[in-house]
Amino acid sequence: MIGFLVRRIVQSVFVMLAVALIAFMMFRFMGDPVNSMVSENATVAERDEVRVRLGLDQPLYVQYARFVARAAQGDFGLSWRNARPVSSLLAERFPATAELVLVAAGLSLAVGIPLGILTALRPRAFSTQALQFISLVGISLPTFVTGILLILVFSVWLGWLPSYGRGTVVDVGWWSTGFLTLTGLKALILPSVMLCLFQLTLIMRLVRAEMMEVLRSDFIKFARARGLSDRAIHFHHALRNTLIPVITIFGLQLGGLIAFAIITETVFQWPGMGALFIQAVSFGDVPVMAAYLVLVSLIFVTINTIVDLLYVVLDPRLRVEGTRGAH
Amino acid sequence: MATSVLSRALSGDVAWSFRHSWSARLSALALVILFAAAIFAPLLANQNPYDIGQLNLFDSELPPAWVDGGDARYWLGTDTQARDVYSSILYGLRLSLIVGFASVALAAVVGISLGLLGGFVGGFVDAAIMRFADVLLSFPTILVALLVNGIVRGALPPAQHQQAAIWVLILAIGLTNWVQYARIVRSSTMVERGKEYVQAARINGVSRTGIMVQHILPNVLGPVLVIATINLGMAVLTEATLSFLGVGMPATQPSLGTLIRIGNEFLFSGIWWVVIFPSVVLVALVLAVNLLGDWLRDALNPKLR
Repeated sequence: MIGFLVRRIVQSVFVMLAVALIAFMMFRFMGDPVNSMVSENATVAERDEVRVRLGLDQPLYVQYARFVARAAQGDFGLSWRNARPVSSLLAERFPATAELVLVAAGLSLAVGIPLGILTALRPRAFSTQALQFISLVGISLPTFVTGILLILVFSVWLGWLPSYGRGTVVDVGWWSTGFLTLTGLKALILPSVMLCLFQLTLIMRLVRAEMMEVLRSDFIKFARARGLSDRAIHFHHALRNTLIPVITIFGLQLGGLIAFAIITETVFQWPGMGALFIQAVSFGDVPVMAAYLVLVSLIFVTINTIVDLLYVVLDPRLRVEGTRGAH
Repeated sequence: MATSVLSRALSGDVAWSFRHSWSARLSALALVILFAAAIFAPLLANQNPYDIGQLNLFDSELPPAWVDGGDARYWLGTDTQARDVYSSILYGLRLSLIVGFASVALAAVVGISLGLLGGFVGGFVDAAIMRFADVLLSFPTILVALLVNGIVRGALPPAQHQQAAIWVLILAIGLTNWVQYARIVRSSTMVERGKEYVQAARINGVSRTGIMVQHILPNVLGPVLVIATINLGMAVLTEATLSFLGVGMPATQPSLGTLIRIGNEFLFSGIWWVVIFPSVVLVALVLAVNLLGDWLRDALNPKLR
């Protein structure tokens, strides 16, 4: 277990260093920072002085090491577009994205798992067929088209829900939350539905497939032979064994949600990190792009590591293998 | 052996499977229509939406022909700049497909080359390529595509962004999707590498490049066809998403995604037709490609026969 943990963390650190290298290369080879810092008619001597001051005369690996050290402290310099520290730009946008992603993730689990169980237990029912068909259509629709349709129906035609922004937000410390006001909650509905649809269908199909697989297995037959009630078999025995792969996929998809939040934030003009990133991409604003890349990768890598560890904790078979030496 | 893909594609089994799969036939029909519409766009369109001289502002914001106030000349209506929605869709479809095919080709060339190299040479080269592929694969496609897009944009002077947009897109999508090709080509190359015909070629003094390109390559191309088909759907979708996000094709040269973005801006004026029709075409295109890809995968998979 300890060995596994160490190996896994070392691997994560390497991935992060690789990502930092890409971010560093973006800084180093896209545009010359000296040009943007000195006046147009600066002499060569003046330019060289700035170059030395920025540490650009050092060998590349020294520059890279400095970059990593500064990045680890959250320092990515100033945004090229609006000359503010990138870290504070990201920090003020982070709560919006985090709340959106968390609500969408929660929704996809809360709806996807029950639907998956339902369709697995009654494979021939009309409702199952209908759900399967709807989920197929749902997966085929590009997410931004789904979002536009939601806005068209619920905002333009019915006028029930807002189509942009976060509503009224309340500041709790540095965190601005939309959970505490009615407009904030209403504003969350459409974006989180749009963001969760793909994940929801995925989880539903996965739970269904796993559940049907488990229900055929010997230990379920044995449980039936013991005369246990359907309820106990379905929820106590079958569901528990179904949820292990669901956790893995869900963890991996959580990263996907953060990436797809970029699209959702654009459709609903949600003031999150994704919208900031899109602006940075269209303006070629390297510090913001690099910082976003590093931050999102950090979240990905952390989630992946946690999922791998959870896997070991939850599945006793893996645990036995991992601790064989200890016995 | 080089003809195995072709002969299998024409053999009775696959043709039989095609005749008996209504989804395959329907999506093939849809694709033929969409491809024809894209190729013959200038002949089928009522106007050239890129030519400002052909636009008449008095005709702006007309609804589809069958709705009250519609005009028979513009049967899918017009947008706020009096562009005929039907004509813009034809031209947009054309751009979407060009970007789609070109980026699939780029991804295939990069992926096949790296897969062949890794599988044949092995060792450090192979490990480096595959590690990189793993890292790339652990990030969502759209994020990588956005990042490549941003890097290329940052490297270009702003004045060239519009002209270079199509190349930036092809590069961004192509460089994002090569991993699958590389993986599958690598694994078949590793199998082929040990076979007798490769040894024979070696003994005959054929160079390593020669063996890779002339002898192994034709034998590992089979599964690539299936991946390429499924990838086309992905590529079209990624292009549409990037254009929708405003970092793809510019409004002066709209692809389907750009059209949807433009339509989205006027959604609240009640002008629904500008956004709905391009979306329908996009969904139909992606769905048809995906269904055909699914069918092709099953039909060419001997285990499922």
